[in-house]
Amino acid sequence: MSIRTESLITLARPRRRDVSFAGWLDREAVFSWLMMALPLLFLAALVGYPLVYGVLLSLEDRSVGHTGHFVGFKNFITDFHDPVFWRVAANTFVYTIAATLLKMVGGLGLALAMNQDFWMKNLIRALLLLPFIVPTVLSTVAWMWMLDPAFSVVNRILIGLGVPKPGPSWLGTPLLAMFSIIMINTWRGLPFYGITLLAGLQTVPPELYEAATIDGASGWQRFRFVTLPLLKPIILIVTLFSVIFTFADFQLVYVLTHGGPQNATNLFATYAFDIGMGAGQLGLGASVALMMLPALALLIVGLTLYMRRA
Amino acid sequence: MVTGHGRIALFVRVWLPVGFFLVLALFPFYWMAITSLKADSELYNQRLMPLMLRHPTLQHYVDLLTQTNFLLWTWNTMLVAVVSTAISLVLGTMLAYPLARMRFAGAGLIAMTVAAIYLVPQPLLFLPLADVINRLDLGNTLTAVILTYPTMLVPFCAWLLLGYFKTVPKELEEAARIDGASRLQTMRQIFLPLCTPGFISAGIFAFTLSQNEFLYALIFLTKSSVRTVPVGVIAELIRGDVFYWGQLMAGALLGSIPVALIYSFFVEHYVAGLTSGAVKG
Repeated sequence: MSIRTESLITLARPRRRDVSFAGWLDREAVFSWLMMALPLLFLAALVGYPLVYGVLLSLEDRSVGHTGHFVGFKNFITDFHDPVFWRVAANTFVYTIAATLLKMVGGLGLALAMNQDFWMKNLIRALLLLPFIVPTVLSTVAWMWMLDPAFSVVNRILIGLGVPKPGPSWLGTPLLAMFSIIMINTWRGLPFYGITLLAGLQTVPPELYEAATIDGASGWQRFRFVTLPLLKPIILIVTLFSVIFTFADFQLVYVLTHGGPQNATNLFATYAFDIGMGAGQLGLGASVALMMLPALALLIVGLTLYMRRA
Repeated sequence: MVTGHGRIALFVRVWLPVGFFLVLALFPFYWMAITSLKADSELYNQRLMPLMLRHPTLQHYVDLLTQTNFLLWTWNTMLVAVVSTAISLVLGTMLAYPLARMRFAGAGLIAMTVAAIYLVPQPLLFLPLADVINRLDLGNTLTAVILTYPTMLVPFCAWLLLGYFKTVPKELEEAARIDGASRLQTMRQIFLPLCTPGFISAGIFAFTLSQNEFLYALIFLTKSSVRTVPVGVIAELIRGDVFYWGQLMAGALLGSIPVALIYSFFVEHYVAGLTSGAVKG
């Protein structure tokens, strides 16, 4: 059908190229570039320019109220000699890997549980997405209150279950603070995994399960050899998305712990903020932020190429 | 797929896992709600069972609305979200339509660049952007965030709309072209009216993302009168070491309601957008 209409259009088109202004505007390339000019200029000015400017800034000793001078790689050398920087790098990787794994496994569990027929399924699916919808800062404040040193409801419940008083200090001890930010990030991101994977599960043709059952496959084998391979592309894309945004996370940590205690939860984004905004050392802060780039660039290029192919 | 039988099997297979996820997802909201309704005397009494609400009071809500700028922050947040969503839908469409329909050199490169820009996270940009905003003398104006939010929303809308545009059949546009309509007329009068569901999906996402934004608002808006809800709550309701938990929870709950309301009207669009964004890309 579409092939036929296209050939009709070619027939209907005048042979000679239209030389009028309207005809020029009607050419596909001209129309496209004119249409895209404004958004592309906008992105160049407010994304492209700041990216380049950020690189230049990282090579200057610029601070608030002082003009900067070019200092080469001095800021990056300072970073490499800064023990906090290495702590921050390690934190970011631990946080990203742990939260991503939890979201992936939990999300798969959520999707499998939701991929059944039951009462009020649509309402429940809508409710399950709430943590993902609500502004992060606001739900994090609620978690902060739930983990409060004196009035933590989590601890009240744990004590009720037999944990000795006063219960763990969730945000006051380095290890538990890291555990807390990982769990809250998981709480927020899990529905995204769950609902996306659920959509993937629903595209698996039921005949495949029937065929596998006839061939004598057990429940686990059906999951392992039918479900999982078919879900693989979706799992990969969702995971890459979530890794990028977890790696560069700012809000949750800034609100809940400010990177503490003793930098135990400080991530690249919050540390760059502390240095650039808190201490006003714009150049040094820009260099910390830029240290995210190698890992991020790898992920972004990988994901973009993959989406392009798919 | 069904292996178990009877009520017990149904409970174990469905309601045990679903119930677990449901309690996990909703408990913080329950806790927000009952905290915001408790009087301080009840809130900070360690001897009372905390999960129950004994004497509900709206005092925290009254205090929040009369003693802080919360209403003004809500207005700012709405204004910024609506304007930047509108800008992003328009600019996103201007990118997505040619990419979805036209053949021209460089189309592939542009599509990839737009996708890559969507994935550039804010922490990479905030320091240089802060300097740009300062030089433009836009600090402490809503224009600062209305200009910067679309940096993430435009590529996002463009990408989501591109996926949607490709699913719309071409025949109507081709018929209009044969009838002599220009490309712009075809796009505006024939094509765009067909894409309402796509615009609703992209619009809800953009609106939710603007309501959720924190970093740029935190940096650019330091005066109380121009703040958005997330920044206002963090910067002004947490005063030094003293926490006003009742007010904080009232603010967190009220701040979540606009997004939750819009979302509840368009759940299906939201889920469709969510899954097409990642699955079809």
